[in-house]
Amino acid sequence: MIVTRKKPFEAILKELEDAGSVFLIGCADCATVAETGGEDQIKEMTEKLTAEGKEVTGNVIPETGCHELDVKKEFRAHKEEVGRADAILCMSCGAGCQSARDATEKPVYPANDSIFLGNVMRVGQFEEKCRLCGDCVLDLTGGICPVTRCHKGILNGPCGGTNEGKCEVDPEKDCAWTLIYQQLEREGKLDRMRAIQAPKNWGPVLKPGRHVLERDKGGE
Amino acid sequence: MKAGTNLEKVLEADQFAVTAEIGPPKGGSSKAIETKGEAIRHAADAFNVTDNQTAVVRMSSLAACGILKRMGLDPVMQMLCRDRNRIMLQSDICGAVALGIGNLLCLTGDHVKFGNHPEAKVVFDIDSVQLIAAVKTMREEGKFISGEEVAGPVPMFIGAVENPYADPFEYRTARLSKKVKAGADFIQTQAVYDVPRFAEWMKEICAEGIDRRTHILAGIIPVKAVGMARYMRDYVSGVEIPDAMIKRLEKAKDVREEGIKVILEIIEEVKVIPGVHGIHVQAVGWEEIVPEIIERAGLLPRPAL
Repeated sequence: MIVTRKKPFEAILKELEDAGSVFLIGCADCATVAETGGEDQIKEMTEKLTAEGKEVTGNVIPETGCHELDVKKEFRAHKEEVGRADAILCMSCGAGCQSARDATEKPVYPANDSIFLGNVMRVGQFEEKCRLCGDCVLDLTGGICPVTRCHKGILNGPCGGTNEGKCEVDPEKDCAWTLIYQQLEREGKLDRMRAIQAPKNWGPVLKPGRHVLERDKGGE
Repeated sequence: MKAGTNLEKVLEADQFAVTAEIGPPKGGSSKAIETKGEAIRHAADAFNVTDNQTAVVRMSSLAACGILKRMGLDPVMQMLCRDRNRIMLQSDICGAVALGIGNLLCLTGDHVKFGNHPEAKVVFDIDSVQLIAAVKTMREEGKFISGEEVAGPVPMFIGAVENPYADPFEYRTARLSKKVKAGADFIQTQAVYDVPRFAEWMKEICAEGIDRRTHILAGIIPVKAVGMARYMRDYVSGVEIPDAMIKRLEKAKDVREEGIKVILEIIEEVKVIPGVHGIHVQAVGWEEIVPEIIERAGLLPRPAL
């Protein structure tokens, strides 16, 4: 899921300084799990903005904020409330924000910062394990991603900054290469640690990414 | 000869080598480099210039090494993967060749979090092992990482670093072996204070024959104050300072002198460890002490080859 974090309310007020009326959009998917754009947060934001003297014209929580066709459909269904708003406040991720961008010509502002693609460790706790590099190396590294989980993203680790299995950059985090070493040792594949891994291809997908499934090409 | 630098000559002649670090200024003063270089030129065979060490902005290693070279010193240009992608790394290597710089120390680099621009975007396009391999390919095959030809030779004596104390300890030998396989002609280690543990590591290195495929220089960091020792023990990962050493400094009337004595004893012990081909003295911000240490260690004059 996409992990989002709320921007400070003061920053949101600054974004909305020209807007007397606001329409809110959340997301029933990631932003609900991250507790940044679900029903409770929409309600809370409505109260806070109202207390600041702004009119909240309405809200919508699409099933998936990054599904552009769905978001457009929702905006059409809420045409009147969107039409009365000076601005749209997006309480999902940056992708959801830009779905809204293409669903209306009104100004669109983000309520959250999108921080990473995260695994849910337990309720309210997320960790980044994949950074979508486009050139997966998990086959070489015991299923543990050094590109993401090593602060330096090195392919020939560990560096000299490991300390009892923790990373010097953030002692709260495990050294990915120590984990990789332990896993490959269990698998009897330490030779993979000894092989020199060549420079990585960082451009297998030209950013910004675009991907079209074959069967959809020239679609109906 | 791979590069024909003074450092390479000293090591190839089986002499016990001495390298010393020169920290570049936080600005553009060539005089700052010249003054430091002049003060210690007789005390070492080659001079490392750090590359924005601990992620703090300083004069570029390339420029500072160019100044040392102009003065007739043999520079060791340190090069990190943190701030430059493969295009810029290879470009700067070509620039170094043009300035006559012949020793290159390849490092991955400290994370920007530790420096004075913690909001900077880190690069880490390639890592130190890949950089070592790239320089070797430029030198031996005349090719860039892309496979395209380099115009002209790249005579570089390639260095790498290793931390004998980092874990997993059982993997450190393999990792060093990997760097040597990639092309490291010499290795400068993290500071040695715990000599028995370093000796244990060296024993493994020698058992695998790595000492015959590369030159290992033991890292030496002189300690001038008790606070500095405590700081390194507590905050610099990979540096292990025995408590006995800190107690000894605490008790000393003349900490500076006691610190030098401690370092001289370490050099004395390290010198006789099989497989150690030299020392690398990093007197951070205290470069002027290097000649005194090297002289009292009985390592002067340096060989003229």
